[in-house]
Amino acid sequence: MNLKPLFEPKTMAVIGVSASNDRHPANVIYDKNNHRYPVKVYAVNPRGGSLHNETVYPRVAEIPAKIDLAVIATRAELVPDVMADCIAAGVKSATVISGGFSEGGRGDLQDRIVDMAREAGLPFIGPNCLGVYVPFRVDTFFLPIERMIKPEAGGVTFVSQSGGILVDHMIKFAQQGVGMAKAVSIGNKAFIREKELLAYLAHDPATKVIAYYIEGFGEGEGREFVQAADVCSKPVVIMKSGKTAAGNRAVSSHTASLAGDYASFAAAVAQHNIIEAVSENEMVSFCEVLSSYTRPIEGRIGIITGSGGHGAMAVDACSMAGLAVPEFSDQTKTDIKNQLTESVRAIASLGNPADLTGSAVDDDFVACARVLAASPEIDCVVVLLLPYIPGVSLDIGVRLSSVCRQSGKPFIAYVPHVEKYNMLIEGFELNGIPASSSIEGAVLMAKALARRQSC
Amino acid sequence: MLKKEVKAIFEKSRKWGWVLEPDAKKILSLYGFKTPKFGVAATEGEAVAAARKIGYPVVAKIVSPAVVHKSDVKGVVVGIKDDETLVRTLARLSKIDGFAGMLIAEMVKGLELIVGAKNDFQFGPMILLGMGGVGVEIYKDVSLRMAPLKTRDADHMIQELAARKLLTGYRGSEPVNLNALKKTIVAFSHLMMDMRDVVESVDLNPVMCTAKSCIVADARIMLKK
Repeated sequence: MNLKPLFEPKTMAVIGVSASNDRHPANVIYDKNNHRYPVKVYAVNPRGGSLHNETVYPRVAEIPAKIDLAVIATRAELVPDVMADCIAAGVKSATVISGGFSEGGRGDLQDRIVDMAREAGLPFIGPNCLGVYVPFRVDTFFLPIERMIKPEAGGVTFVSQSGGILVDHMIKFAQQGVGMAKAVSIGNKAFIREKELLAYLAHDPATKVIAYYIEGFGEGEGREFVQAADVCSKPVVIMKSGKTAAGNRAVSSHTASLAGDYASFAAAVAQHNIIEAVSENEMVSFCEVLSSYTRPIEGRIGIITGSGGHGAMAVDACSMAGLAVPEFSDQTKTDIKNQLTESVRAIASLGNPADLTGSAVDDDFVACARVLAASPEIDCVVVLLLPYIPGVSLDIGVRLSSVCRQSGKPFIAYVPHVEKYNMLIEGFELNGIPASSSIEGAVLMAKALARRQSC
Repeated sequence: MLKKEVKAIFEKSRKWGWVLEPDAKKILSLYGFKTPKFGVAATEGEAVAAARKIGYPVVAKIVSPAVVHKSDVKGVVVGIKDDETLVRTLARLSKIDGFAGMLIAEMVKGLELIVGAKNDFQFGPMILLGMGGVGVEIYKDVSLRMAPLKTRDADHMIQELAARKLLTGYRGSEPVNLNALKKTIVAFSHLMMDMRDVVESVDLNPVMCTAKSCIVADARIMLKK
């Protein structure tokens, strides 16, 4: 099944545009793509006519071009006919935006379009979904352009059963500086499901991390998915909802009661090298760090801080996350000490965390980072950076990232995220060091690297 | 592929929705699992003969299609040392609903574990290992994996148990034979894969583990509806 026309369409038909209502989903989709993305867009409505001085075609077959992607946004009852038209016209892929299928008691209607698509070999996303968003390529979300928050283009592809959760994560990714390769809302996932997308994304050069929001799998579908994810060379992150729904069903064996739906899910996922995010916070942190670093760590963390309290909080968070914060050897402590500026040397405490104190300057952070980057005692450096310390400059991010790149050891930063510190934060993020807005988030990033097993 | 005898047992058990203990144990021994020596008796004469053949002390258990959880109806008596107690036990158990016989088995000792399986809707056969006995749902000290398993998976499951120290020898107690345990778990996961079309869930509880071996002391197989 070729999904390329879905994600990289050159031509697109938007079916179901309204002549009178510019807020109709089809109109929103038509408008936001037309002349904005490198895709030729055609409007379709059986009544024909024109929209904003451009032709509305009565049927897909009458469009004077082969269509890569048909966006179907008509009423549910009309979708089978529209799909028949698309198949007859040789359309290469589709997203069915319309709701009113299995989620509204019309499983029969859904079965019909699946049967048609399967027979014709027409891959489609949905129904009851937002479809696809690919930066600088295409956007089938029926959200007005001025309301969309778009993250930077980057390495994360997010596939979601829920459109709302997907759009929320686009906002979170934008806030946190996490770049996206694609956003895919699969809705009722009647035809293209998580597994088919995994097969495509595994070979998509733009995608570095594959993230899923999943409510549930069909019968036996979970097994096929985790087995496929296990052999995928890219990190796969999953967030699951509906963890408690089936908990109280009466069961007559101990095993069935203990191996509830969610317990089985969590076990099967972890067994197959998939990283489960148990919260939105974990999801964002995991995606951010995994798009920066691909190599797994054992989880021996070296912490550099400008405040004792931050260091202690980070140690607690590491311990909760199952990460070690080993005391530095005397040699390492001496190495760090020898390179610190004189005033800091006298007051720094260098056990792990290395607390350089509020008197530290950039040079102290860089010197300490160099020693830890070279030390085999730890395999990941977490820097707790407080931009309000007077000796810290705007250059700190770029200087530390140069140390990080030379060593090949992952660095993770915590910097409070307020607008005032943006340039400092970007000094880290644009130079390859993920920066979290919370201490916990920074530690969760290290946890994701420790969970990831080498293939 | 399931053995012919096993298919016949499933066929006969369908009307109850589950496989009675003597039949479940028969399936397990057919697939090479260790089970205690046992006999099934309905009369005093049969009971005494079976117990003497096995050798006292023995355990006696109710066999009834109406009783899935035997302990709940006081249907398990352990440590029976003589004919008299055995006969008295038979008299009491035979009054339990659906009485179809009394299972008399060799007493086995060891660390009580549960090895189980559940046919999950999304993931198919899942295998469970945990601390067994009647407290299994209280402590919930269990580890889960998707079948079929490799020895390495079984190893990880053991490491995941909070009570793993009890298995490797705690405060002078003898460690259990971990190789035998891993073999039992792995073989069971393959059996579950073979039975996945007919079986909903399985409890091997307890599996008695010692320094020598792992013996399945009780087994309950629930069939798909």
